[in-house]
Amino acid sequence: MNDLTPTREQRTAALEGMGCKRKRVEDIRFTQGKGNYVDDVKLPGMLHGDFVRSPHAHARVKSINSEEALKVPGVLAVITAETLKTVNLAWMPTLAGDVQMVLADGKVLFQNQEVAFVVATDRYAADDGVSKVQVEYEPLPVLIDPFKSMAPDAPVLREDLAGKTTGAHGPRKHHNHIFEWSVGDKDLTDAAFKKADVTIKELISYHRTHPSPLETCQCVCSFDKIKGELTIWGTFQAPHVIRTVVALIAKLPEQKIHVISPDIGGGFGNKVGAYPGYICAAVASIVTGKPVKWVEDRIENLTATSFARDYHMTTEIAATKDGKVTGLRVHVLADHGAFDACADPSKWPAGFFNIVTGSYDFPVAHLSVDGVYSNKAPGGVAYRCSFRVTEAAYCIERAMDILAQKLGMDPAELRLKNFIRREQFPYHSALGWEYDSGDYHTAMRKMLESTDYANLRKEQADKRAAFRRGETREIMGLGVSFFTEIVGAGPSKNCDILGIAMFDSCEIRMHPTGAGIARMGTKSQGQGHETTWAQIIASEIGIPADNIMVEEGNTDTAPYGLGTYGSRSTPVAGAAIAMASRKIKAKAQMIAAYKLEVHEDDLEWDIDGFRVKGLPEKFMSMKDICWAAYNSVPPGMEPGLEAVSYYDPPNMTYPFGAYLCVMDIDVDTGVYKVRRFYALDDCGTRINPMIIEGQVHGGLTEAFAIAMGQEIRYDDGGNVVTGSFMDFFMPTAVETPHWETDFTVTPSPHHPIGAKGVGESPNVGGVPAFSNAVNDAFSFLGSTHIQMPHDYWRNWQAAKSLGVLA
Amino acid sequence: MAKTHVTMKVNGAEVEGLVEPRTLLVHFIRENLQLTGTHIGCETTHCGACTVDIDGMSVKSCTMFAVQANGSDITTIEGMANADGTLSHLQEGFRQMHGLQCGYCTPGMIVRAHRLLKENPSPTEEEIRQGISGNICRCTGYQNIVKAIQYAASKINGVEFKEAAE
Amino acid sequence: MIPGPFSYHRPDSVGDAIKLLASLGEEARPLAGGHSLIPMMKLRLATPGHLIDLHGVAGLKGIRRDGSRIVIGAMTTQHELLASDEIRTSLPILQEAAALIADPQVRYRGTLGGNVANGDPGNDMPALMLTLRAAYRLEGPNGAREVMASDFYQGAYFTALEPGEILTAVTIPVPAAGHGYAYEKLKRKVGDYATAAAAVVLTMSGGKVASCAIGLTNLHETPLLAIDAAKAVIGTSLDDASLKNAATAARAIMSPAADARGPVEYRKHVGGIMVTRALQRAASRAK
Repeated sequence: MNDLTPTREQRTAALEGMGCKRKRVEDIRFTQGKGNYVDDVKLPGMLHGDFVRSPHAHARVKSINSEEALKVPGVLAVITAETLKTVNLAWMPTLAGDVQMVLADGKVLFQNQEVAFVVATDRYAADDGVSKVQVEYEPLPVLIDPFKSMAPDAPVLREDLAGKTTGAHGPRKHHNHIFEWSVGDKDLTDAAFKKADVTIKELISYHRTHPSPLETCQCVCSFDKIKGELTIWGTFQAPHVIRTVVALIAKLPEQKIHVISPDIGGGFGNKVGAYPGYICAAVASIVTGKPVKWVEDRIENLTATSFARDYHMTTEIAATKDGKVTGLRVHVLADHGAFDACADPSKWPAGFFNIVTGSYDFPVAHLSVDGVYSNKAPGGVAYRCSFRVTEAAYCIERAMDILAQKLGMDPAELRLKNFIRREQFPYHSALGWEYDSGDYHTAMRKMLESTDYANLRKEQADKRAAFRRGETREIMGLGVSFFTEIVGAGPSKNCDILGIAMFDSCEIRMHPTGAGIARMGTKSQGQGHETTWAQIIASEIGIPADNIMVEEGNTDTAPYGLGTYGSRSTPVAGAAIAMASRKIKAKAQMIAAYKLEVHEDDLEWDIDGFRVKGLPEKFMSMKDICWAAYNSVPPGMEPGLEAVSYYDPPNMTYPFGAYLCVMDIDVDTGVYKVRRFYALDDCGTRINPMIIEGQVHGGLTEAFAIAMGQEIRYDDGGNVVTGSFMDFFMPTAVETPHWETDFTVTPSPHHPIGAKGVGESPNVGGVPAFSNAVNDAFSFLGSTHIQMPHDYWRNWQAAKSLGVLA
Repeated sequence: MAKTHVTMKVNGAEVEGLVEPRTLLVHFIRENLQLTGTHIGCETTHCGACTVDIDGMSVKSCTMFAVQANGSDITTIEGMANADGTLSHLQEGFRQMHGLQCGYCTPGMIVRAHRLLKENPSPTEEEIRQGISGNICRCTGYQNIVKAIQYAASKINGVEFKEAAE
Repeated sequence: MIPGPFSYHRPDSVGDAIKLLASLGEEARPLAGGHSLIPMMKLRLATPGHLIDLHGVAGLKGIRRDGSRIVIGAMTTQHELLASDEIRTSLPILQEAAALIADPQVRYRGTLGGNVANGDPGNDMPALMLTLRAAYRLEGPNGAREVMASDFYQGAYFTALEPGEILTAVTIPVPAAGHGYAYEKLKRKVGDYATAAAAVVLTMSGGKVASCAIGLTNLHETPLLAIDAAKAVIGTSLDDASLKNAATAARAIMSPAADARGPVEYRKHVGGIMVTRALQRAASRAK
């Protein structure tokens, strides 16, 4: 050992492995405008497709006249449902077991539904063509209110389901009914409510909104007539699933379909499922033999691609008078729009909503969900939410605050009293989940201390008194949110997408010079996988992260995976990465033993290589092992150094967090100011703290937007009122609050590196924090539950109805 | 519609093309000039992903016709790096401070920040937030973008960059 | 998001611009900053067959003092207003308002002329023009004329502009030295039109309001001059009762549209609050 020998700390640092703030690989190209997004793809002879869309929410399509459109220079074809029927693609299956019109087949069911697809030589001609297609409609009565959907005289929407009294998830009660799903023990729950000291009941609605990534949905489909092969570049969060779906519905051999997700400008769940644009572009390419590009506009994205949420949750909690919860009963009315295109694992029509018991030890609970159709865009998708977890977290966190108010207890105290205790993990919830690990009390106490919560409550009391004395027109609210979410779908025993189990995968191949390439079945849309996946491998096999190239998104080369959404990448693919790495390491150990002429058991792993126990100078670095793998492996062993792992997770993972929002509201204008927002997240093992912080900032910003005004709203005629960025709230840097982040670490016991995933936590935990803050501000004036979103005018309306306006 | 001939300077090089009068500048840049770093995120002039620098002004190139830019001097994201190909202070700042995730708003954001720092070489946080209020980001929540711009401002002004505490 | 086809013209004089507009008739629209017109064209809500780009027309730029008046060329951008020392010293309320219009990129292109001439009830500058007693120079085939801003707005998107006319300059009498001013704008976010906004220019004397003008934005199909509201505070020290009277008087003439910004009742309520806050801020600035 001399001064030039790197220390153990230096060797660890040189790997840039797990736990360090490795700067992102992706940034080199993105900061120079050298990303490769779908609309950047240009192929010779490429055509453009654009949609004619329905202005009506519900109408018969009497005729479609393309004569004038076909005269527009550059317009080559106008595809309608009639065209698609010849290839049995006028309808397509949804992820939720329903079917969806690709193009209007006799009628339209929501405003901006796709009616015809114009194919032209360039996007300008396509737009001209769209403006010239003449469609004759016969408007029909519109159904917008989900609470009216099962009325005896409700309009009939899905004529294609006439007579079908059973759907994909069981019996249907009404022509607008989709499914009923229930879980839990109804009798025990009813009994708990009967004998409860205190109960609360409230209709808590999570309004319809939309993931709205900055890049809209788009694709380029290129069918090679000679080879009979279809290549699709697209904004796909799950490229392999798209490939399999296309193989099944287009009846093309799967090995002749090449799906490529290049760089994607944000997904947030918007880009999981298949949209009519993909199908029409593929058909157009097959028919013309030329590549066809489809790029939707923002208004199309907001009004026709899948919405999120629209859950109306009648929520009841039973409790003792001391504030111990004894039962939870929830009924959900789920508005799925015109088609149930919900992106859920197939056995879960309401996603994982049964996480609604949240962070609390409910001895009994019962949940039932009724899904219904309406004249709105189909869906819903998981907008940074796992599957319906945002809805569940909002439901229980809002309800706990309502219970606290009824009991006259502090909301934080009520939560501390009812948290699942650390010793109870793994915890079996009353609605069927096994939570892996958690230490809620520690996290909550850390939040309360860091925010000086007790003094904030004092300040609030003083301000309330001042308000009553007429000295101020400002009210102050504290929004507590302690969420437990369920991510990492998921174990094959209960998680599949269209029959494909929700494992994920990693394949690693090391090169002779100590570098390597790794591919996974996930697909980053900004989460930084090129950077973080290499960090896992670096720590596991002792090769610097900079020497590991990470690739995702090409279905020809990447092992099969179910994609990136629902915070599943780290829990599932992250585990596969660790497992594949360990296979590499195991073979490396055998090679090292052979080269060092010892038995494998005489070796111990030391950061970046193997060392002989008791003989520290006998060391072989992983770099040298890579070279040896290509020229001197032990007899009987295959050369090379690569491994693949398909990981079927034994359980989901359960990240959690403690958030606090401090908000001040001017009652006369409804204008709010987020004074402070503190977010403590526990995602288990932290791979890259810089990236985690970025995910939390981004998710909280989305949560802020949703809670404070971002909605997809329809008027009574079925017209979308908030269909562009004029009215669909997208906060700028000016409106967006400052975020404080903190953390605890409670590893997942079943995950190879103990990591749980974090991307969606801030949206899950953030919305309740904002909404609870508004409600907490008003509660002393007599309100129990003010529905979000909490726009200025709605805050004002709340103040007005409470009689406090001058 | 008959096409018009336009010439302009883009990233220091003289370029030309044939366009319809209605050809949007952003499409001219992306399709005719094949500079695809400038992006499109909306059609109502809100998001700012299409921001370029024209004749010393930050402009949303989706709300201007290419014919209007005849004779102009335009810089896009592709012209932001240093002459020797190294990353500019802004580009480096975005990387160091994790001011981007999906990268889609980033070109417009950097081009806008470039002009902002020329308007105001030492902006406060408030001034930075106002200064980039024409650029929407869905991924970062803006906080690290602010830090990235502060980093760049420090480097450009030759002062030490002190990262604000959380 | 693709506009319909059109022919593009770029005259270099006002005379040529007017000739083009007159000869091409209804199919021709002048193009100033383009940030109202081009978005509408991209949605095909506006489909002019001809655009007359005013960027090449000589004489439409510039901010100059003419005795006790400021003359601003119609193609002056919001950014140029914000950068002008003359405007900062003589008409600071214009800078306060300009900074609240849209976002930095839009302000580099959006013009004063465009903001005042198209009759969009959401635009901010018209109410300021009423408050400041501005006059518009309109030039057309029949020559040039001056029209007071207060006579210019007739309905939503309906102004006193005759066919073939363009607005070429805005003339504003310089408010008294020591005047108080404020533009109070409530909006949902940066870039949004006003949910409600009020402009106030006043002078104080001996602690009481000596003169006052109040303009209202986006609270009616045209900008409004709240004459009775202003009367309600003249001679007062802006005590609570007078402020309340001003707000009530202002509300009485408002008829805002109900939209995603809020119901009519809300917009009128906050409209009144914008008036009282603008009055208070203006008074605090007055010397």
